[in-house]
Amino acid sequence: MTVTGNRGLQLEEKLLFEQDSPGHCGVDLPAPAGLPNRLGGLERTRPIGLPGLSEPQVVRHYTRLSQKNYAIDSGLYPLGSCTMKHNPRLNEKLARLPGFADLHPLQPVSTVQGALELIDTLAHWLKALTGLPAVALSPAAGAHGELCGMMTIRAALSARGDARRRILVPESAHGTNPATAAACGYAIDNIPNNPRGRVDLAALKARLDGDVAALMLTNPNTCGLFEDEILEIAAAVHGAGAFFYCDGANFNAIVGRVRPADLGIDALHLNLHKTFSTPHGGGGPGSGPVALAAELAPFAPLPWIVHGAAGRDLVERPEGPAAASIGRLKAFHGQMGMFVRALAYMMSHGADGLRQVAEDAVLNANYLRARLAGTLSQAYPGTCMHEVLFDDRFLKDTGVTTLDLAKALIDEGFHPMTMYFPLVVHGALLIEPTETESKASLDQFADALLALAARARGGDAESLRAAPRLAPRRRLDETAAARKPVLRWRPPAA
Amino acid sequence: MRYLPLTEADRRAMLAAIGVGSIDELFADVPASARRRGLVDLPLAQGELQVERAIAAMAARNLPAGSGPCFLGAGAYRHHVPAAVDHLIQRGEFLTSYTPYQPEIAQGTLQALFEFQTQVALLTGMEVANASLYDGATACAEAVAMAGRVTRRPKAILSGGLHPHYREVCATYARFNGAQLDLRAPQPGADEDLAALVDRDTACVVVQNPDLFGELRDYAGLAEACHAAGALLVVAVAEVVSLGAVRPPGEMGADIVAAEGQSLGNALGFGGPYLGLFATREALVRQMPGRLAGETVDAEGRRGWVLTLATREQHIRRERATSNVCTNSGLCALAFTIHLALLGEAGLRRLALLNHEAAIATAERLAAIPGVAPVGRHFFNEFAVRLPKPAAPAVDRLAERGVLAGVPLSRFYPEFPDLLLVAATETVTPDDIDRLECGLREVLA
Repeated sequence: MTVTGNRGLQLEEKLLFEQDSPGHCGVDLPAPAGLPNRLGGLERTRPIGLPGLSEPQVVRHYTRLSQKNYAIDSGLYPLGSCTMKHNPRLNEKLARLPGFADLHPLQPVSTVQGALELIDTLAHWLKALTGLPAVALSPAAGAHGELCGMMTIRAALSARGDARRRILVPESAHGTNPATAAACGYAIDNIPNNPRGRVDLAALKARLDGDVAALMLTNPNTCGLFEDEILEIAAAVHGAGAFFYCDGANFNAIVGRVRPADLGIDALHLNLHKTFSTPHGGGGPGSGPVALAAELAPFAPLPWIVHGAAGRDLVERPEGPAAASIGRLKAFHGQMGMFVRALAYMMSHGADGLRQVAEDAVLNANYLRARLAGTLSQAYPGTCMHEVLFDDRFLKDTGVTTLDLAKALIDEGFHPMTMYFPLVVHGALLIEPTETESKASLDQFADALLALAARARGGDAESLRAAPRLAPRRRLDETAAARKPVLRWRPPAA
Repeated sequence: MRYLPLTEADRRAMLAAIGVGSIDELFADVPASARRRGLVDLPLAQGELQVERAIAAMAARNLPAGSGPCFLGAGAYRHHVPAAVDHLIQRGEFLTSYTPYQPEIAQGTLQALFEFQTQVALLTGMEVANASLYDGATACAEAVAMAGRVTRRPKAILSGGLHPHYREVCATYARFNGAQLDLRAPQPGADEDLAALVDRDTACVVVQNPDLFGELRDYAGLAEACHAAGALLVVAVAEVVSLGAVRPPGEMGADIVAAEGQSLGNALGFGGPYLGLFATREALVRQMPGRLAGETVDAEGRRGWVLTLATREQHIRRERATSNVCTNSGLCALAFTIHLALLGEAGLRRLALLNHEAAIATAERLAAIPGVAPVGRHFFNEFAVRLPKPAAPAVDRLAERGVLAGVPLSRFYPEFPDLLLVAATETVTPDDIDRLECGLREVLA
């Protein structure tokens, strides 16, 4: 142990609140004139309690914090269903152009024609890639896009006087799917998987009736498999008068090669922060545009962009062409900063590069599958799409769990894969390398994972259970954190 | 393609290792009728220079708010953001990391979120805050839904002074989740008697401070009326800098605060991405939506942070979750917390006063224009004025001269054609105020 608690470049860093030097400020502001205030007696009378720091202290604080984070910039980040791919810096530069970053959302429309053109252009690309005729751009994230999609579906059903109450959701779905359907006022019916890791078509058909509003399906699904009976699924869903919603979280596997419209999909959200590389930022912001079939398009949320005599215009109220709109889903016009980044990404790749994205993403996942499948237990045999799913059969009787293996990967310098999801297999390990990894990087990861598996099967459970040892922190006590939540700093009792 | 590291030789070697002859074999599960042979009808790949030119050309067709005087507000405010903020959030370790699911290698994000939660709780005067939601409007809709869960009552009363987009988002959500909304009509400058409307079916009353028209209000009496009837008071704050000068909602008795955090650290950005702030009382925390960072210890007893109370969330609870929210506004929250760390207690208070004084100076100059009448009396950095002519054409004519004079209220409510919302932040100069006054005098003459 060191005197400071630091370990070389791993620096211990106190909370901001523990570094307070009262009166200090990291921003130089002019002195107020001292005018009599017009706050009507509502001025703040008690201190807020914020700490005072100078700019160098603040810069050092956040620089040190940043060094405790793993990131796609520093290494392979194989979180299945999260699509952690390279984030091009050109996109950051363009999003910061004053012509986008310094636009107020309520400026006169005549002064934001370029912004509306960019949004329109992005919509054109998304329509071409999905084959669907309309795109709602305002949803702020994937789950928000799901909400948008389910609301348009419910509105379309209501408009035809068809009050259906149930949504079918496969057991392998992301948790957001059932949560969204519930938030939209629906009851959820879980559909089992078949032994091949796909939706059980017979079970689906047995549950389809006049009370089903929609099926929510992820394709490729969270087992990393393409739903090979998807045309039959779509026909069955449509035959029952229901809509077919697709969670597009895994669109990266098929972009440029398969158009969701050709699969019979009526609505699909796209996570711009996954397939189209806008940065994840430690948990957001995202952006979740929803592509819609013609039957759903009249119900798309506000605002709409329309073309008029004086250029593009915004429809911000449910009237005129947007009379049937479900209304507004967030303030203003959507995640503009993400739109700029996503369009720059798409234009950089072009139609040819995007197709190559899907091919390389699938190739990389299958290469890892081929390298690992002899040792790890693949959940469903055969090729996979952009991610490969293993279960924990290969750890049977070793005393080592999926969690232990994941934590040991941290010591090897990798971010772990998605663990214990999807729920349909035991001890799931879901690996999504993405197309922006080199073969050398994949080989290094596979070598490390195989060595760890060998250690587990060689009887060395002890060292794996103690991992990670080399990260900024050892395993953290999540049970204690939840039992007695400490959600903020408080000054120590005097 | 510059972002794709595989070479043709790599691809061949990898296909061989997989044991397939071509990439098409890996797509064999796709029904033949849906397999596209050729390219989608879109332009081909372009270099960085070409993409930059094309997108910069679109940017050039806009008028940046900072290219001239800007008096726009109504839920989005133009403030100066210190250079250090954008530098720090662009560090790859923050920018390109995921949600901190592996806390041992995400302590940077988690500690920053814990500090963010503390700052938001202090600013709003509440006990606890979450790690952010999408924006102020969705935070408000989540607050209404949470009040319904807490009280098991159906009705929410929404003030006419609540931002129209917040009202509309609540209305969209309510149409599908079964909440009943009592949307009160907007009455610029007038007092609403919301306490009289609270009954046994009322889950919450939602108000805003300052309200849409800029008016500051004391909601302590309303809070008492709500609590006496078993209802919650939700206070929305669209301009978070106001909390540097104004008594916070927590001190007025609010149960939930739903705020827009854009003003600190985040650019106007044509409306997004922004960040929703969400704070409440400790007793209600298990009904709260969104992510939470919490303190704990590691296996060596060292302090650290994790995401906690996940049993509220969709990935555990699925259809019984408190909300479907998964992604938050992590990087926007980071920008917010860094800006606030730089300001500190003294800086935020001074910044708030500078905003207030800029608004006072602007209001006094506009009130001197014949026919222009102030609508309210007490405000922070934004106020409404009644013009002798329709506001929207006046604003358009001033925009032609490079002056962004404010938001015509008719953009939200056609029934108020002559009202103009004017915001003045620390970025407004005396010369800006001159140009606004002169310009308005001309277009109103």
